Amino acid sequence: MSTTSMAGRRDSNSRVTKVLDKVRETRLWLLLSLLLVTMSATRIVTGADDLTSAGTLQAALISSVPIALAGLGGLWSERAGVVNIGLEGMMILGTLGAGYFAYHYGVWAGLLGGMLLGAFGGVLHAVATVVFGVDHIVSGVAVNIIAAGSAGFLAELLFSGLEGGGPTQSPSLPKPPTITLPGISDAARDIADQGWFLVSDLAALVASLTTRMSVVTLLAIALFLATAFLLWRTSFGLRLRSCGENPQAAETLGVNVYLYKFVAVTVSGVLAGLGGAYLAMVASSGYSNGQTLGLGYIGLAAMIFGNWRPGGLFLGALLFGYTYAARLRSGGESVHALLLIAALALLVVAVWQLSRRSWVGGSVAGVIGLAALWWFTATDEVSSYFTEMTPYVATLVVLTVAAQSLRMPAADGRPYRRGTAG
Amino acid sequence: MTTTPEDVGAGSTTGTVAVALRDIGKSFPGVRANYDVSLDVASGTVHALCGENGAGKSTLMKILYGIQKPDEGTIAVAGEEVSFASPSDAIAHEIGMVFQHFQLADNLTVTENVVLGAEKLHGIGAKAEAEIRRISDSYGFGLDPDELVEDLGVGERQRVEILKVLYRGAKIIILDEPTAVLVPQEVEALFRNLRDLKREGHTLIFISHKLDEVLAIADEITVLRRGTAVATVKPSEVTARRLAELMVGEELPSPSTSESTVTDRPVLRVEDLTVHDDSGRVVLDAVDLTIHAGEVLGIAGVEGNGQTELVEAVIGTRRASSGVVRLGDKDVSDWGTRRRRDSGVGYIPEDRQRHALLLDSPLWENRILGHQTRAPSVRGMLINRGGARDDTKRIVDAYDVRTPGIDTTARALSGGNQQKLIVGREMSGEPSLLVAAHPTRGVDVGAQAAIWEQIRKARHLGLAVLLVSADLDELIGLSDSLKVILRGRLVSDFDPQTVTPQQLGSAMTGADEGAA
Amino acid sequence: MSRARRLGLVLVAPALALLVAGVVTTVVLLLAGDDVGAFWDVMFTAPAARNLSNIVNNAVVLYLSGMAAAIGFRMNLFNIGVEGQYAVATFTAALFAAQAWLPGVVNTLATLVVAMAAGAAWAGIAAVLKVTRGVSEVISTIMLNAIAVSLVAYLLRTTGERQQQTIETRPIPKDSWVGGVDVFSGSTTPVHGLAVLALLVGIATWFVLGWTRFGFDLRATGQSESAAVASGVNVKKMVLASLLLSGAVAGLIGMPNLLGVSHNFGTTLQVGIGFTGIAVALLGRNHPLGVAFGALIFAWLNEQSNPLGILAGISNDIIFITQGVVVLSVVIAYAVVQRYERRMEQRHVMAALERAGLAEEARA
Repeated sequence: MSTTSMAGRRDSNSRVTKVLDKVRETRLWLLLSLLLVTMSATRIVTGADDLTSAGTLQAALISSVPIALAGLGGLWSERAGVVNIGLEGMMILGTLGAGYFAYHYGVWAGLLGGMLLGAFGGVLHAVATVVFGVDHIVSGVAVNIIAAGSAGFLAELLFSGLEGGGPTQSPSLPKPPTITLPGISDAARDIADQGWFLVSDLAALVASLTTRMSVVTLLAIALFLATAFLLWRTSFGLRLRSCGENPQAAETLGVNVYLYKFVAVTVSGVLAGLGGAYLAMVASSGYSNGQTLGLGYIGLAAMIFGNWRPGGLFLGALLFGYTYAARLRSGGESVHALLLIAALALLVVAVWQLSRRSWVGGSVAGVIGLAALWWFTATDEVSSYFTEMTPYVATLVVLTVAAQSLRMPAADGRPYRRGTAG
Repeated sequence: MTTTPEDVGAGSTTGTVAVALRDIGKSFPGVRANYDVSLDVASGTVHALCGENGAGKSTLMKILYGIQKPDEGTIAVAGEEVSFASPSDAIAHEIGMVFQHFQLADNLTVTENVVLGAEKLHGIGAKAEAEIRRISDSYGFGLDPDELVEDLGVGERQRVEILKVLYRGAKIIILDEPTAVLVPQEVEALFRNLRDLKREGHTLIFISHKLDEVLAIADEITVLRRGTAVATVKPSEVTARRLAELMVGEELPSPSTSESTVTDRPVLRVEDLTVHDDSGRVVLDAVDLTIHAGEVLGIAGVEGNGQTELVEAVIGTRRASSGVVRLGDKDVSDWGTRRRRDSGVGYIPEDRQRHALLLDSPLWENRILGHQTRAPSVRGMLINRGGARDDTKRIVDAYDVRTPGIDTTARALSGGNQQKLIVGREMSGEPSLLVAAHPTRGVDVGAQAAIWEQIRKARHLGLAVLLVSADLDELIGLSDSLKVILRGRLVSDFDPQTVTPQQLGSAMTGADEGAA
Repeated sequence: MSRARRLGLVLVAPALALLVAGVVTTVVLLLAGDDVGAFWDVMFTAPAARNLSNIVNNAVVLYLSGMAAAIGFRMNLFNIGVEGQYAVATFTAALFAAQAWLPGVVNTLATLVVAMAAGAAWAGIAAVLKVTRGVSEVISTIMLNAIAVSLVAYLLRTTGERQQQTIETRPIPKDSWVGGVDVFSGSTTPVHGLAVLALLVGIATWFVLGWTRFGFDLRATGQSESAAVASGVNVKKMVLASLLLSGAVAGLIGMPNLLGVSHNFGTTLQVGIGFTGIAVALLGRNHPLGVAFGALIFAWLNEQSNPLGILAGISNDIIFITQGVVVLSVVIAYAVVQRYERRMEQRHVMAALERAGLAEEARA
């Protein structure tokens, strides 16, 4: 009965996985290149210069870091088998922590403070789910409610009297240092300004990476690499992942499943908290009520998109971060151009589905594609009400399209009690 | 250090005592799993633990392996008294356990599954793989460290479990019902491995309720009944019949049926049925079968050869890719589960806890489950509580379901009583076809006999039964006709009156080694 | 186990949760340097008639929100999108009612139907995505919330009429209004006439869930999807039905206010009701009666904490912390109680059988 199923993704170090990974990697590079070419062409055709400008790409990177960190937190938690909807709340606590500690004690205290408060949220979720066996989603929702309420109250308490602050926002916070590579940065900018097909877009990409790159962004990337190493190349990581795949089996081999789950959920809180701190200190100029705007949930979507692996998660975060940024700068124009890309992509999908006789899928894609096309031609730019929606619509679309071929940890979300093994 | 054990029957005459259990007691809410259990396991021997379902064998071994702590009693390993707080402690004392339900993570490789928890021994990389290959080669397991467990067959998975235990240097190996999922040929292969291990000096504790196997492999047998040890004997001193009587305390009922009740009126007809799984593989390949009123058709097969999918396709929870299912004269291939059940199909699912019961609902609500469209549970669009309650009381009486009342939640009943309720419920619908998948799995002997009797009675009245089971005795005893399923195809036809377990086993594995 | 005992166990959890929340709130206030005594003084001041009206009105709205969430929860579906469904439905209803295509009371009734349809439709998007593509309804409904905010704002902009500082829809004609009821004499604000909606929704839910075939199927699917499938339930249809019903009830949330007080939809729409509704549903363990108590408790907390700023110098955001702690404590308490219940049940069965002389076999 031995079969090797090529469909679906695997998650381990087997030979088959390594081969599949290589194939996927090459396909990914091809897709990315295709994407770059498409974006560049669209920019020229529609004249929406901000589509791939250095400014937009920089903003995209900055918007994607909180999403990425939240998603990474979600990854840690779900790899150990605990669903964490409370990431949004832990991020809120992170923004608050950063607001308070950064203002009073400086940049690094701010980051640590954000992580500390995020950890607190993580511990709440861990206690409820791991110790008491509460349903994971219910607990996550409860944590979100507490976090939102606490943040509102504490903000008024901590920031009201301060200069530049108020009951719903903190004063300006010190910004973490940034790195700029002057020679490359200037040269890249020059080329980017020329507006040449593809070359300028690549230059804009280079420029965005070498101009005022926040140290915390680099920290985030380091955390991603550390996660990949820790979870897939160490005993600690193997044990943690086994808790998410088959906790009963791990228990029979002497693994303290409760401990690993607890640690994983707390770590997820720390990461979400760091994401919040980043949001308050790097992406904005301080704490303000409600500034997380659903980024925690989008982080979860990025995690699902990335098939619960750090690499894919980061790509997903970049994608969603871009949709956030695109609407900020000449939003109407950029999103309008994106409409064209979306319309064409949908029509391609429609034709492909119809050719495979998937009538329903094909017609749906076709109708929406045509609608998008009509919207594009009928307007010059997209009204701000709609550009606001872009990241959320993008999330829905991505989840809808990607849903089928993914594989989450086998015991994710299932309640676990000790002694149920055998 | 020779010790003479104090219990009934025989004793070990040579060598040391590897494991000595004294007066072990363990209770769970509502159940006394073990009490006053004492036994000695001589090192370098195969010691079998026998007992029917629910006698306390698994609990006792889980205590030995550190998953449970005993309420009373002591454990001594190699003469030294020990107390295990977790499996890690047991592993430190060179005890390993191979569970009845494999404890393997499908998404991880053989190596990852084996090294989990024992990463310090040989790391998690190349050294570990080398060690795994060494053990696999020296015992002829034939395992590839890099393969995903998901892609392994049942026999291979079991060998991974044994390898896990050997990797950790276990000298005392507990095997819980290892042959439950194997066919006779695979059992032979397993026994060869066990004899090799014994030769190397390992001590083996073998839990089973399959008496002929126990007699074949064990050096000493301890019989557990209702939570305590009732006898310790040597295989040369007993017959299977005597062992069975010790296990049950009375004569074993046999499932044999007497005269034929098969008519020529077809109730279920499956024609050219093909089913694909989610990744496109064929799991049922052009299956044809017919069951007549009054006929029990038994399907024998190793787990994973399509029986589950066949049951699901007949009951309607799985779409067939092609082919026809007919109930009586009607083509029901496009019908949903509800419609099929409403037209007279009863269903005893393989996994009662997941498919046949609402564990946290009272018994009378469970009566309604599966019958939510018909009397007495339902009147029009509304639930008829009174009707459901009355009928539940009737079933509890008629089927001897042991419960204090019908408001008890299903979870609180024992497996046998849950199953009796389910059988009673399904029979109440006066079905013309009963689909029964492993109907007496995990059920005590008394309940098993009762269920067999109910099936026989109904068969006499014209019920057609599709019986899927791994219990060869049950299949041979209850069926009027017997087929074997292998890799999604029905490959052989047997006459239950004349077939032998060896013949069945060959057909179930396709008679070519390594097929499963 | 006797029903009285079961009921007692179930009530212990929320009582404990309120106690814990009280303790935590006090601690937080102490750490913040606020006047704890004053806090409890204000909270336990007997409400005046006006306050009582407000509490009831607030409770009605929270009840509708809570039931919308609870209907989903019973099916293990997490409809976090009540907020968005309520916004979309209220706007659509306001727009429809203002057109006055139908006269008087008929218009009112039709408006209620339109509201339910709009709420159901918005929830339906998430339902379809879940059923066809397996998209988690938790994330999709949250995304739809955010989309709803922008969409409704846009539609208001294009269809509304400008007042001095705000934009509002055209007012609903007077003969479609639903007057208030002066339940508490001496109160300046009457109780919403449409408070009766809460009662209707509660009774309907209780009846459908407990006494109809559909309700049985729904509860069975929520308890054990695998068992429901084997029993013939079409899970996809159930998911759709459940989310649509949930959205429909969510659509009613804004109706008492719309038809009784504000008479149009403007930028002053109450926010946060969706999330508080989820909290109330969890507190009430998704049961129509429990949710009613939960709604009353939360409404009482909200009303009593209003004057905290003026009377005690405490930010009345503290009450959100209290409510949050209540929710977390209560779900933990329920989880513990449920396990305890199960163990007790097994012990009880064992004892009863032994008494009856039918020895139960040991389980391995």
